[in-house]
Amino acid sequence: MKYSYFPGCSSEATGLTYDMSARAVAEKLGIELREIDDWNCCGATSYFAARELLSFAISARNLALAEEMGPEDIVCTCNSCYTILAKTNSYMAESPELAEEVNDALAQIGRKYSGDLKVRHFAEVLVNDLGAEAIAEKATRRLTGMKIAPYYGCQFTRPMGGDWDDYEFPNILDGLFEALGATVVDYPMRAKCCGGTMMLTEQDAALKMCHDLLQGAVDDEADVIICACPLCEMSLEGYQPRVNAKFGTQYQVPVAYFTQILGYALGIDEKTLGIDKQIVSLDKVLAAVPA
Amino acid sequence: MAESTNGEPRIGVYVCDCGTNIAGKVDVPSVVEFAATLPHVAVAREYKYMCSDPGQELIQKDIKEQGIDRVVVAACSPTMHEPTFRKAVGDAGLNQFLFQMANIREHDSWVTEDPEKATEKAKHIIDAAVHRVVFQAPLEPIEVPMNSDVLIVGGGIAGIEASLKLADAGHKVYLVEKDPSIGGHMAQFDKTFPTLDCSACILTPKMSAVGKHPNIELLTYSEVTEVDGYVGNFKVKVNKKARYVDIDKCTGCTLCTEQCVVAKVPNEFNEGLDKRRAAYIPFPQAVPLKATIDPSRCLYLTKGKCKQTCVAACGPEAIDFEQKDEEVEIEVGAIIISTGYEMFDNEKIDRYGYGKLPDVITSLEFERISNASGPTGGEILCKDGSKPRSVAILHCVGSRDENYNEHCSRVCCMYSLKFSHLIKEHLPETEVYQCYIDMRCFGKGYEEFYKRLMNEGVVFIRGRAAEVTAASKEQAGSEGKLLVTVEDTLLGVVRHLPVDMVVLSSALEAQPDAKEVAQMFGFGCSSAGFYIERHPKLEPVGTVTDGIFIAGCCQGPKDIPDTVAQAGAAAAGALALVDNKTVKIEPTISYIDPEKCSGCHICVGLCPHNAIQYNEELDAAQVIEAACKGCGVCVSACGSGVPVQRGFTDDQIFAEIEGALA
Repeated sequence: MKYSYFPGCSSEATGLTYDMSARAVAEKLGIELREIDDWNCCGATSYFAARELLSFAISARNLALAEEMGPEDIVCTCNSCYTILAKTNSYMAESPELAEEVNDALAQIGRKYSGDLKVRHFAEVLVNDLGAEAIAEKATRRLTGMKIAPYYGCQFTRPMGGDWDDYEFPNILDGLFEALGATVVDYPMRAKCCGGTMMLTEQDAALKMCHDLLQGAVDDEADVIICACPLCEMSLEGYQPRVNAKFGTQYQVPVAYFTQILGYALGIDEKTLGIDKQIVSLDKVLAAVPA
Repeated sequence: MAESTNGEPRIGVYVCDCGTNIAGKVDVPSVVEFAATLPHVAVAREYKYMCSDPGQELIQKDIKEQGIDRVVVAACSPTMHEPTFRKAVGDAGLNQFLFQMANIREHDSWVTEDPEKATEKAKHIIDAAVHRVVFQAPLEPIEVPMNSDVLIVGGGIAGIEASLKLADAGHKVYLVEKDPSIGGHMAQFDKTFPTLDCSACILTPKMSAVGKHPNIELLTYSEVTEVDGYVGNFKVKVNKKARYVDIDKCTGCTLCTEQCVVAKVPNEFNEGLDKRRAAYIPFPQAVPLKATIDPSRCLYLTKGKCKQTCVAACGPEAIDFEQKDEEVEIEVGAIIISTGYEMFDNEKIDRYGYGKLPDVITSLEFERISNASGPTGGEILCKDGSKPRSVAILHCVGSRDENYNEHCSRVCCMYSLKFSHLIKEHLPETEVYQCYIDMRCFGKGYEEFYKRLMNEGVVFIRGRAAEVTAASKEQAGSEGKLLVTVEDTLLGVVRHLPVDMVVLSSALEAQPDAKEVAQMFGFGCSSAGFYIERHPKLEPVGTVTDGIFIAGCCQGPKDIPDTVAQAGAAAAGALALVDNKTVKIEPTISYIDPEKCSGCHICVGLCPHNAIQYNEELDAAQVIEAACKGCGVCVSACGSGVPVQRGFTDDQIFAEIEGALA
């Protein structure tokens, strides 16, 4: 199984452990993730509001590079990267005029994108191409007793994910973690916004959003929140001290990438998964897993 | 009548503007000019509304004065006005089959964007019709006897109403219902909006009248499996499912239902809120009031082992485990379909928590708990037995939502208002919130009812609810409450309503087997599965199959008054047919010339309507005219090309193709 892998900017900094654990999980499951050579920023959310065509062009350069590598599907781990690349891909497919404009821009750097690739989220690839049962068979640890709050984030399925999961109530990873033996709690907050980049501009509003997400996990008595997006993970884990300071709460909620917990179940060592780099320790959560 | 001078056909072409429907896109004068140049065309005219009286007279005048002997009308779809123009042509003394309709509206002006292309296309369509009509031959409709009985499929309020109307008019009615009792959804309701009549009080007398009517033969626990024939002479097969009770002997005493040892079967009539036994009568007012043994739950029928307490309890020895499904054949002249609707599956919307949060309930569940004969004896209670101090009613659950159903279910606003009233009546202190998109109070007395509810202190919040969750444990005073999140679009704020009970006003959907049923009876379904009427305005209860009518929610969501009105209309439509002694059927059927037929039998086996017999004397296949539906299978199957389908001969079709491509 071969895919073109788009790591995204945060994979080199705040989301480093997502990248590490995703690559380790892929290797363990026999998935070849070939990093797109010389990839650039996906174009990201806010730039689209400022200069749309330029954003599409920046984004499409990645699609063009992937196409040069081969016809394999592009896999993203970050929700935002996935949304932006999938959006560019589908807008170009739906509008020949846009495709022409973007290709005119790409022609300036001697590239073009024909529009034949698929852009997919790593979570969906795992579940749909491998299957929850097949993955569970390769697991060396059962996650029995671990109560997981699946936090998908707002951009996981919105707006591009309707074909493979419920827009409003994504649940594609629920079955995977249940197959691994964990208990997945209802967690109705699963698709709410974490505050995202508002942490830089409207921190009070963003902290309230984080607070509600953390409280939701506490209400559902979850042991750990799993994330599918580097920005979500950073907001929930990194900003917990500020949430506590602002709201007078005592949250110490462990937060991890779904790939880290999955990797742990697959028997990958903690260092490779970046588990030692967590801010809120996962030790207690993982120690409770039967050997 | 003026004659053609040299035996050549004289064709009249009449192009309709249809107001701006056609003329707004197609350059009609240039089309008329073109038509006049076609071979054999003697007259070509334009008129604003060809179907109107003056339009028809135009054609009739030309037939009489100009010796026109073949007519082409270029207008709308033949399903719309072919009968109109055929009749006009016939009334002017010409055989009505010397007429051809060219559809330049549905096939052209309505679906073509570019006016030039639309005009070009209109010319091709007319050219095809003109080429074809040259080869058309006079035909005479076939007259066959009319069966005066009527079949009604579905025993809800629509089927009940239509049955009574027809039976009272003296016709024999077969009423087929798939459940053990008639009554449908209306039997489950508590009150009806806006008058607050008790649903049972107005329905059960009608149910009982059906049960007792000498002209109505009730086939409950039965389903139609096959339909053949045509208007006036339908042959229908009905499967009477084995109910393992001889209904002639059963007295409805309920002893077996009390003695049955299988006690934990979810009670469908109460929406699964309580249990029934495997031997059961769906509800005390059931018609017929007869027991049924549920074959999927009965211990004896599933495992072969049971002490059969029901048999021991039954005085008249009505229980018969040897009973088998029985196939009944019925012959009728007309059919009314009134198969109703199904409720939307609320579990599809995870974020409303139905199935996960016990006090999130459906509208039908609310009907049952507010009903005096329901599982709580009419007390509005939460699952833990407490009285709700606050209730939120969420509108448009699964309706007006592109993810589930685009359509408005039409009755939810009103029954939501009714629920509010019932809550306020039972529990005056309880807060009621209505989360709505728009209030659609369209019927007589409905707006007034809405106003009344506003005065009763119900809180109306304009906004579709976003989600229902268990309230956060962090918030003091909200323990155990449900939290409804909704954007109040009038205030522009997001509100979080802590409530004890949430009622989901869910969509009405087509029956899950609607498509198969429509196919069996020979008409279409919308993408949502609702049956398509012959004309949305003028024939709302007819279908494209002559003699088959639709009524009630199977045609689209509607309330009880509209359903009853449609049932009456469908009964009148059926009556207008079955009151006649004979019926004329289309002569466009197959003919086999015995001189040319080699008697090979191929067509005999292939005919889907068993309309071809082998005649030994002639050593040839013979078409039974009354049974042939003109499907054309024999025509295409015959190796020697002997069968001819009248009105669709090779000459006619090849000429039509030639004209279209010219």
